[in-house]
Amino acid sequence: MAKEIEIREFHQARWNEPIVLELTVPGERGILVAKAEQEVAEAAGDVLGEIAGVRRKKRPALPQVSQPRLVRHYSRVTQEMMGSDNTLGISQGTCTLKYNPKVQEHMMRHPGLMDVHPLQDTDTMQGILEIYYKTEQIMKELAGMERFSFLPVAGGHAIYTNAQLVRKYHESKGNTHKTEIVTTLHSHPVDAAASSTLGYKIITLMPDEKTGLPNFEEYKAALSEKTAAIFITNPEDTGIFNDRIHEFTEAAHQVDAVCVYDQANANALLGVARAGEAGFDLMHFNLHKTFSSPHGSDGPGCGAIGCTGAFEAFLPKPTVEFDGSKYYLDYDRKDSIGYVKLFLGNATAVTRAYMWCMSLGWEGMRQAAVISVLNNQYMTKKILEKVPGVSLHYGKGERRMEQTRLSFDKLFEETGLGIVDVNHRLVDYGISELWMSHHPFTVPEPFTPEPCESYNKDDIDYYVEVLRRIAVECREDPETIRTAPHKCARHRPIDIPADSTEESFGKLATTWRAYVKRFGKS
Amino acid sequence: MSNETSRKMRVGLIVNPVAGIGGRVGLKGSDGAEIQKKALELGARPEAPDRAAAALRKLGAAAGRISVITCQGGMGEDECRAAGLSPEQVLPGRGAGATSPEDTVQAARAMSRAGVDLLLFAGGDGTARNIYEGAGDRVTVLGIPAGVKIHSGVFALNPASAGSAALRHLEQGAENSREAEVMDLDEDAYRRGEVRPRLYGFLRVPCDETRIQHVKARSVPEEGELTSIAAQLIDGMEPGVYYAVGAGTTTRRVMECLDLPNTLIGVDVIRDKKLVASDVTERQLWEIAQEPGSDLRVILTVIGGQGHVFGRGNQQISPRIIRRLGMERILLAATKRKLLSLPGHRLISDTGDPELDRELAGYYRVAVGAREQMICRLTAGDE
Repeated sequence: MAKEIEIREFHQARWNEPIVLELTVPGERGILVAKAEQEVAEAAGDVLGEIAGVRRKKRPALPQVSQPRLVRHYSRVTQEMMGSDNTLGISQGTCTLKYNPKVQEHMMRHPGLMDVHPLQDTDTMQGILEIYYKTEQIMKELAGMERFSFLPVAGGHAIYTNAQLVRKYHESKGNTHKTEIVTTLHSHPVDAAASSTLGYKIITLMPDEKTGLPNFEEYKAALSEKTAAIFITNPEDTGIFNDRIHEFTEAAHQVDAVCVYDQANANALLGVARAGEAGFDLMHFNLHKTFSSPHGSDGPGCGAIGCTGAFEAFLPKPTVEFDGSKYYLDYDRKDSIGYVKLFLGNATAVTRAYMWCMSLGWEGMRQAAVISVLNNQYMTKKILEKVPGVSLHYGKGERRMEQTRLSFDKLFEETGLGIVDVNHRLVDYGISELWMSHHPFTVPEPFTPEPCESYNKDDIDYYVEVLRRIAVECREDPETIRTAPHKCARHRPIDIPADSTEESFGKLATTWRAYVKRFGKS
Repeated sequence: MSNETSRKMRVGLIVNPVAGIGGRVGLKGSDGAEIQKKALELGARPEAPDRAAAALRKLGAAAGRISVITCQGGMGEDECRAAGLSPEQVLPGRGAGATSPEDTVQAARAMSRAGVDLLLFAGGDGTARNIYEGAGDRVTVLGIPAGVKIHSGVFALNPASAGSAALRHLEQGAENSREAEVMDLDEDAYRRGEVRPRLYGFLRVPCDETRIQHVKARSVPEEGELTSIAAQLIDGMEPGVYYAVGAGTTTRRVMECLDLPNTLIGVDVIRDKKLVASDVTERQLWEIAQEPGSDLRVILTVIGGQGHVFGRGNQQISPRIIRRLGMERILLAATKRKLLSLPGHRLISDTGDPELDRELAGYYRVAVGAREQMICRLTAGDE
């Protein structure tokens, strides 16, 4: 007998908090910096005079706010947030919002890590280099690759860097005719976008209507002598795994194309299957997804790229090397694509990933993958059983891997309320809104939850119960849904049409400077 | 906490009471008084009223926030009342058996002048044509499918989804719309067994994208997509080569970007980014193709919801021209949304020459954006 799930009371703080620049009181300061002592001032000389040439003519428009006011400001803003520490991060499918162990954050504040300066002599930063080196050995084993670089700081950056490696590789072989990249519609759209930015022409395969996967015959028709590379995600965005993937890589190799695996989210396959065995030449892991480094609002991420030996010489500089007694940085790489990021990239993301791997070990990482798939299959089954108005498109009998693309199509047909409305209400239950789908939508009213290994059965049952209640509310109390949210900090955003017409643009300001300019406020 | 201070949204409703009447009794359409009379004699029962009422019931949820303007009796008023809505304004109308296409045209004209936010109509392709004639693209419309022939892209999937989509459009995205094809068969030819709908024009329908506002990754607006498709095609144009630009809104953007006049449902020919001939006939094109030393390429788009590349709206691109040029000189372009909405994600060739249709079958590339293409399967229509 299933026990009744009790929904917790929730009400979020809602502050009508101005942005920090609007809090400015001229002359107010958070910290009064002490004047330099006379001895120091004399030793330093006329510093401002020396840099007069580069000195600003006008003061920068920095916020002028006292310390208590500033603390209140950020505390309030924090109260209006939802994150994996105060809610279930199941809603953000494809992002893998797992619990980030606090011991890692504790370690990150160790002075030995905090105080490292990238311009130190490498003899004095052996510790951090050792972390890089050892993390690389772990990643090589997990991916079946021969070298890794941790310089790209995001998934998109990693894809772009891999596209640069593809270009360099073909240049080195004199392949001037390689101008096209093949990808699938259910791969991450950045696979197409980043490589297109580099000048490649993109050929996208549509999903098969029944399976959701790329059709192999169509794929072969897309390949040609011009194909420089394939960029593919697997399992795809839908959560469906393409188990013919080795045939795809084989066919690409037959036309001398490079096989690039977007494993930004590798949570289903860690310790289970490796890019190398599937025939890939290049790949990347997002350390801020699979490896428990937090997603910091575009903050310190890392798109770790892995490659086979044939691409090693082209990797960005510097690489971290070990000569048997000490670690060093190798900048002397004549075939390298060059620099992609200053210094070592985001050392904090690499260090957290190292800690995560070391604390779990191989068995633990494999278990994380297995549990994340099990959790998702359980959740998908429960949603389809319990939440009215939901359906599953594509591969109806197929089990999903770590995430599932579902659809509120029937709910919408029945009530006129769809995923956007469900999202407006979900936050009233203290759960962050659901990630829908990448563009373009291939199922109506899409949503994509991902209950990775951090959540237990109670969490998932609770989550499904909230979705069920909202779907019932859509039928029985549509007005409450239509006017939601009621208990959350988040208000309804202003309707801004998703185009860049002057009219819609007129309602937007992407920076403070643009805001002041456009609306005449300061 | 609602923000219902804004004015009521206005919905126009036109029901073609005889739409679909010929279908069940095997008359392949309902155009013309003779056929309608014959259908009634054969025991046909109008289906449009029930289907319209089913859609209108979905609007009941917003009854207090919308005002309905419709036509007398069976042209909308009866259906409104059956669905529990009381219209605020009723235009003159006639009952089943007594209406003519001109009534629909007049009503559509009146409603577009009245400035409705959405014009709902129940009928088939013939009705859509009449709406197009009366309202043009001045108003956003949505069809409740109730006719025998539904080839136009202006209809919802079924009456219930028409109601839901209308509600969503009125409540959340009344300013967002896109153009969709108005197609119709020549019914006489259809009765002789020929299925060859023509493209008559484009009506504005609610934009699917209104469903996905406020999301993390907003859908790429179609406007931008069209411009990048056009840019890709224009970038690829070679000097001295003729380009025949086919019918449709996707191909129209090529002409707009070149600042050239465009024939929406015809073929224009350009060379070196200058207009050579507008709205050409098959014969004119054939002559260009045969000019000694000339190189002709054709830019075509796909009929939304159906997938036709040849045989709908591009009849000028005849079998002999296709044979002469070969598919390598025929460039296809469409938005991703349009390709994804095609049944089976496939393109259809219905050139009128079944042998050619079979020969053409295969995988082709379709331009979908800047430096971006999709692979689509082209098949004969009867496959």
